[in-house]
Amino acid sequence: MLEVTDLRVAYGQIEAVKGVSFRVPEGSIVTLVGANGAGKTTTLAAISGLLRPRAGAITFDGRELTRLGTHTITRLGVVQVPEGRDILATMTILENLELGAYGRRDRDAVRRDIARMLERFPILGQRRGLAAGSLSGGEQQMLAIARGLMARPKVFLLDEPSMGLAPQLVREVFRIVAELRAEGQTILLVEQNARKALAISDYAYVMESGRITLEGRGADLLTNDAMVSAYLGGIVIDAPPVVDPGPT
Amino acid sequence: MPDINWSQQLLNGLFAGSAYALFAVGYTLIFGVLDILNLAHQAIYMLGAFCALVLVTGNVAGLGPLPGGMQLPFWLATLLAMLVAGLLGILLDRLAFAPLRKRPDTHFSGMISSIAVALIFEALATWLFLPQRSQFPAGTIRPGAVTLGQGALSYSRVLVIVAALVLVVLLTVLLRFTKLGKAIRAVAENPKAARLLGINVEAIYSFSFFLSSALGGAAGIFYGLAVSRLDPTMGRSVELKGLAVIILGGMGSVPGAVLGGYLLGLTEVLSVALTNTSNYRDAIAFVLLFLILVLRPSGLLGARRVREA
Ligand SMILES: Nc1ncnc2c1ncn2[C@@H]1O[C@H](COP(=O)(O)OP(=O)(O)O)[C@@H](O)[C@H]1O
Ligand SMILES: [Mg+2]
Repeated sequence: MLEVTDLRVAYGQIEAVKGVSFRVPEGSIVTLVGANGAGKTTTLAAISGLLRPRAGAITFDGRELTRLGTHTITRLGVVQVPEGRDILATMTILENLELGAYGRRDRDAVRRDIARMLERFPILGQRRGLAAGSLSGGEQQMLAIARGLMARPKVFLLDEPSMGLAPQLVREVFRIVAELRAEGQTILLVEQNARKALAISDYAYVMESGRITLEGRGADLLTNDAMVSAYLGGIVIDAPPVVDPGPT
Repeated sequence: MPDINWSQQLLNGLFAGSAYALFAVGYTLIFGVLDILNLAHQAIYMLGAFCALVLVTGNVAGLGPLPGGMQLPFWLATLLAMLVAGLLGILLDRLAFAPLRKRPDTHFSGMISSIAVALIFEALATWLFLPQRSQFPAGTIRPGAVTLGQGALSYSRVLVIVAALVLVVLLTVLLRFTKLGKAIRAVAENPKAARLLGINVEAIYSFSFFLSSALGGAAGIFYGLAVSRLDPTMGRSVELKGLAVIILGGMGSVPGAVLGGYLLGLTEVLSVALTNTSNYRDAIAFVLLFLILVLRPSGLLGARRVREA
């Protein structure tokens, strides 16, 4: 349903995404993995219309997105939770959730969805009236995901949701992503935490300096030699991970 | 020590403070949302006042009577003039700010181009309304005064206080509780996040200019009526005070602008009363501003808005 074809994106003269193509079929989790600076965030920014691509096509349900404004793309159902979360720190948790549904007109359903989010993420429920800036990093990530879900995304773009979180919160984030997938949510996940991401992905692409260098089913990549040596720390896959790659 | 009529001073201070606050809320709103200083806010203030005058008298000084010779009641003229001021605000944004929005120096360049638009608006007003002083006709509102103890304040000045209260409350309710108000605050805090949430940020910018300018126009109308004085440069005298008020309150903070407005108004009135001359009024007011900023560099209520970079 989301298809990116030969995408090129540049910052001034410097091309950060150099002809990238991939597909996110309905109901699946597709992951972009790759080292810092590979061009993953830039790719997502182009999909959401935050950056204008230099060349290439981005189609969603057969519709070309590259000329549309970000707010229109979000309202079409391509919803991004950006790297760094971008929660509205001075606004309350409830207000953040309400704004997640900004493009929706079905007020009653919005109210029900808010109640459901506060239940699903109990930490948010307890603090709904507080400024979102008072939450911890992990709680802010939960809020960012819940806020994104308030838009009822058709494709949910998640940019490094586990970044900067303590190990048990990383697990919590991946548990939620896996849960969403079980509910049938279509997801494009960007992660540096390749091992955990691949484990829950239907299909994955490996990005390296602006290009896709490897692709395959998530389970296959987990045992791929090149993948293991470059991104999985050379650890045999069924041994317990020694350390979480985690944030730097 | 002069014999001071305290209730009169209080009324005067409330009047001046209300005038400053009403000018400043719109001024600070644009700074809060776009991080820019709109130096044409004072020109919109002036045009709003003249627009209401034209609708009340049915006459444009430099051109003659309007066709049809319609003369509207003051309240209706005020609402229409606020609407016109708001639309002028949108035009101002399109002319002075929108074309510069993506430039890295947009804060500075926008300030300069807003000065240019202010000069154009002043020239237009000078041509349409002539450079001399104009005033609302006697009887525009009921003559008379409210008394408080030993003090008295004319209805037209009381109207400034009431208008400021009503409009500030309406603005606060809009920003706090409505969907549109929440979108404005979201854009003010983080435009990229707002875009990703599905908010049309450019439309919010336009609406913020509309709101700010309608309030600025109202400030000009009510103040012009209260002091019986409208002229094409009337905005200049309030501009610097308005800037002081929004810095004092904390740039971008609406409650800060209200607090700053009343603080400046009361300080001015008090300094005149105590020194028995208005010679030191501005000096005292600005020394106070300076002292407060030494203690609180981001203004009274501006904790979150210390500019990053
Ligand atoms: N705003 C920017 N201006 C210039 N270069 C940028 C900007 N953002 C990212 N880059 C560069 O583009 C490349 C890709 O960055 P990014 O998409 O953030 O990678 P990733 O998300 O995979 O870590 C990097 O080399 C980075 O330095
Ligand atoms: Mg990134």
